[in-house]
Amino acid sequence: MDAIPAAQTTKHVAPDVGELFTGFFILGLSGFGGVLPLARHMMVEKRGWLTGAEFTDLLGLCQFLPGGNIINMSVAVGLKFRGIPGAFAAILGLIAVPTAVVIGLGVIYGRFADDPVVRHLFGGLAAAAAGLLISTAIKIAWPLRRDVLGLFIGALCVLAIAAFRLPLLPTLLTLAPLSIFLRSRQTS
Amino acid sequence: MSATLVTLALIFAELSLLAFGGGNTILPEMQRQVVDVHHWMTAQEFGALFALAQAAPGPNMMVVPLVGWHVAGFSGVLVTSLAKFGPSSLVTGFALRLWERFKDRPWRRTVQAGLVPVTAGLVTASAVVITHASASSWGTILIAVGVAIATTATRIHPLVALAAGAVLGLSGIGQP
Repeated sequence: MDAIPAAQTTKHVAPDVGELFTGFFILGLSGFGGVLPLARHMMVEKRGWLTGAEFTDLLGLCQFLPGGNIINMSVAVGLKFRGIPGAFAAILGLIAVPTAVVIGLGVIYGRFADDPVVRHLFGGLAAAAAGLLISTAIKIAWPLRRDVLGLFIGALCVLAIAAFRLPLLPTLLTLAPLSIFLRSRQTS
Repeated sequence: MSATLVTLALIFAELSLLAFGGGNTILPEMQRQVVDVHHWMTAQEFGALFALAQAAPGPNMMVVPLVGWHVAGFSGVLVTSLAKFGPSSLVTGFALRLWERFKDRPWRRTVQAGLVPVTAGLVTASAVVITHASASSWGTILIAVGVAIATTATRIHPLVALAAGAVLGLSGIGQP
């Protein structure tokens, strides 16, 4: 995360509402399969809104909170510079184009879903998207491979959600405090 | 119609506040609600919508407006987007004020470390649920496994992997 030394990123430019919108608009336009590396490039290196350290700090907060990292990041950055109008400008900029594109794709899918060729195409696309998700899961779980406690909690989660199809709310309310409690006993 | 919109709003507002560890953690619950509880679509259709959202640019939660569109058209898009992005944004706004104060407290790190295995488990559950819905024939199973291996072992761009899957799927090999 801190590949670029802070010294290189000391310039500080506070964006206005319009710049917040266009900055995140371009981000939403360009980020395929992961916006985060591009977000850092845009805010730290290209536009100088934040220093590298500020970006990392803000990302830590956004990962900690519910919601997508980059969505939360847009709200946080918008609020930080221009208050509530800034937050609206940033998040709307971020999701405007992707929403339009995704609905366009949805319309095409809805119209041609019965065509065997289109059905096969989307069958392959859906299988590939599932494969990407498997890869994401492996990468997230890999650091826990020697962590017995972590693997135990992770396995309970998979059982509850994927095997027993339990609702998320009670599962989270049980497993998150349990995991945090066990972790705190481990560290103390 | 309006009852459907209210239900959509409630489902996605709850998902918004439960999405610890990002969007991929709430996919099984989203699927459970729209497929098993409300029967708005089949599991295969949900898998296809998820795939469409992955093929589009931007943040990875674009399946949310797409589900809204599928269920209730434009008003569905508005309702699901507001419900999904509103509550978590409010939380972010409040947390931003508290963040400076608690940044260096030890309990914050313990909570964060405790949430990691939960996130890992939830994303794994997402992979299981989505794969179960989307890879049901030997052709699509091969595509899913191939993409999983390729994107784990190499630095191939996700979009290239998706395109390869779509082209392989187009051939119709191993699909009913």
